[in-house]
Amino acid sequence: MELLNNLAVGFATALTLQNLAYCFAGTAIGTLIGVLPGLGPVATLAMLLPFTYSLPPVSALIMLAGIYYGAQYGGSTTAILVNLPGESSSVVTCLDGYQMARRGRAGAALGIAAIGSFIAGSFATLLIAAFALPLVELAFKFGPAEYFSLMVLGLIGAVVLASGSLLKAIAMIVLGLLLGLVGTDVNSGVARFAFDVPELTDGIGFVAVAMGVFAFAEIVANVEKHEHREVFTDKVKNLLPTGRDMKDAAGAITRGTLLGSLLGILPGGGALLAAFAAYTLEKKIGGAKASPPFGQGNIRGVAGPESANNAGAQTSFIPMLTLGIPPNAVMALMIGAMTIHNIQPGPQVMSSNPALFWGLIASMWIGNLMLVVLNLPLIGMWVQLLKVPYKWLYPAILVFCCIGAYSLNNNPFDVYVTAVFGAIGYLFYKLGCEPAPLILGFILGPMMEENLRRAMLLSRGDPTVFFTRPLSLTLLLMAAALVVLVALPAIKSRREEAFKEAD
Amino acid sequence: MRIGHQRDFWSGLMFFVLGLVFVALSRSYDMGTAQRMGPAYFPTVLGGLLALLGLVIAISGMRRAAHDGAVERFHFGPLLIVLGATALFALLLRPAGLVAALLVLIGVSAYASHEFRAREVIPLAVLLVLLVLAVFVWGLGLVIPLWPAFVTR
Repeated sequence: MELLNNLAVGFATALTLQNLAYCFAGTAIGTLIGVLPGLGPVATLAMLLPFTYSLPPVSALIMLAGIYYGAQYGGSTTAILVNLPGESSSVVTCLDGYQMARRGRAGAALGIAAIGSFIAGSFATLLIAAFALPLVELAFKFGPAEYFSLMVLGLIGAVVLASGSLLKAIAMIVLGLLLGLVGTDVNSGVARFAFDVPELTDGIGFVAVAMGVFAFAEIVANVEKHEHREVFTDKVKNLLPTGRDMKDAAGAITRGTLLGSLLGILPGGGALLAAFAAYTLEKKIGGAKASPPFGQGNIRGVAGPESANNAGAQTSFIPMLTLGIPPNAVMALMIGAMTIHNIQPGPQVMSSNPALFWGLIASMWIGNLMLVVLNLPLIGMWVQLLKVPYKWLYPAILVFCCIGAYSLNNNPFDVYVTAVFGAIGYLFYKLGCEPAPLILGFILGPMMEENLRRAMLLSRGDPTVFFTRPLSLTLLLMAAALVVLVALPAIKSRREEAFKEAD
Repeated sequence: MRIGHQRDFWSGLMFFVLGLVFVALSRSYDMGTAQRMGPAYFPTVLGGLLALLGLVIAISGMRRAAHDGAVERFHFGPLLIVLGATALFALLLRPAGLVAALLVLIGVSAYASHEFRAREVIPLAVLLVLLVLAVFVWGLGLVIPLWPAFVTR
């Protein structure tokens, strides 16, 4: 019954007029950026984060969360109608969704995507609520050694499951950890790597880093490409799937929801991985006999991945909310948002800010409901947005970034930092180094150092503490197992194949 | 010797150099002991690890034969225009005010696209400036100087 009580607290918070408005704003913005190719949730969150400064923390987090799961809904629209993933997690939706659209069944594809996403989102919300308490209790047993090992596992897991080249991704993490250390060291008061620049003694603003390596680098990379879009806009009708569609898709929605929820919780999980795994699963289960075959407009190929990416997007909040560990770059930004609002992320959030914790969870269900309403009847409006060419879009993105960076500290310095990281991000892009692990490392850098120091202080300088404490040892062994697993030749080749498909 | 996978080689080299830079910079701080770590301890360890990783990546990149490993051409034009526009915005914001800085930002950055047309950019700039004023300045109440300092004074 505690669960119901908690949810009641949550709904009481989420249902205030103000929070409903921010939830709506978040899901609407999320849908918008999901629909628009070339603008992802990470860049958007970084861009809008500074503007949530003046909001109460609950409203800010509700809105930012809405952007993330809203983007999963919007992404499917572009995938189905234009054969372009509006969002990276919608890549697989293109395969069957676009084929359905070409056969005049765009409405059914869009409808099933929305219904599947809603079911998945509702289930994931319940799961978060149910999982939160036991995980928080476990987290309170953690000492500094366990926290350090947990972060190692989280970081390794994040790159094993979610990145192309493993070594490069680990190097990006380490670089991120190092960049995170710039600024005043809390223990000694020494300003590290600050070069006597007063602004740098507070550290590099993580919003500036995220905006630079995601938004700016994306802009330059997109501008140099010639764009070509063909939109199926005219005849989107019959948004309600037929009874037969529902029967065909029901199994796929269930499987996608369960698989996506599970993968979202894992470090490195989230929407992208969930969608890929769900599509593979659907193909494995009776894919050979499917009619129409997969890749030629099978509704299960839309229902499964779309349910999974929404479930995964939401359950990836679990490690972030309960342990304070970000499983992906979006969650790293959410942690950053909490820090900006002076909320120390970690297991204590639930007890110290119950309204925030449960309000955020409740808002996700409300947000999912809003998304169905936003997406299905208003689909025509979103489709119109697809006609906005990128040459009009990117100056707008730049404007938001620049004002956002300035308003972080009301100082133009952060705008320069953003520009510098834009150049660095472009270099990363050209060298094939993914920026997401860098952001994870950047957020975790100071936390990792702090826990390492505390653990070593408690053990009187004995590094074996990480291996003699059973919980810590288990976590480290899991991390090692992941690395070994990925290095195995059989898995290595399959993994590379999977990432090639993603490109 | 021919480099097999150029992207890996160059990124490895980048990590190697950056790792060494962090190790070198850390030398001016106190190392401390394993029990009481000084400010230099963690960055030195991480910097060393980064340099090591970079070395492995670079060497394996050099030896690996790959047909798709070439580094794509850098488009310095758009990069410099976008970053230059951003820097100009930062430079102009305080002395010239938000409106002027935004117009410069949009006007200059629009040049980055090869489909740039002046008659499209001007309405876009006006629209964006009005939107920013409405949402951020009047809506969210951000404190930003709007007009040049010599006008308001």
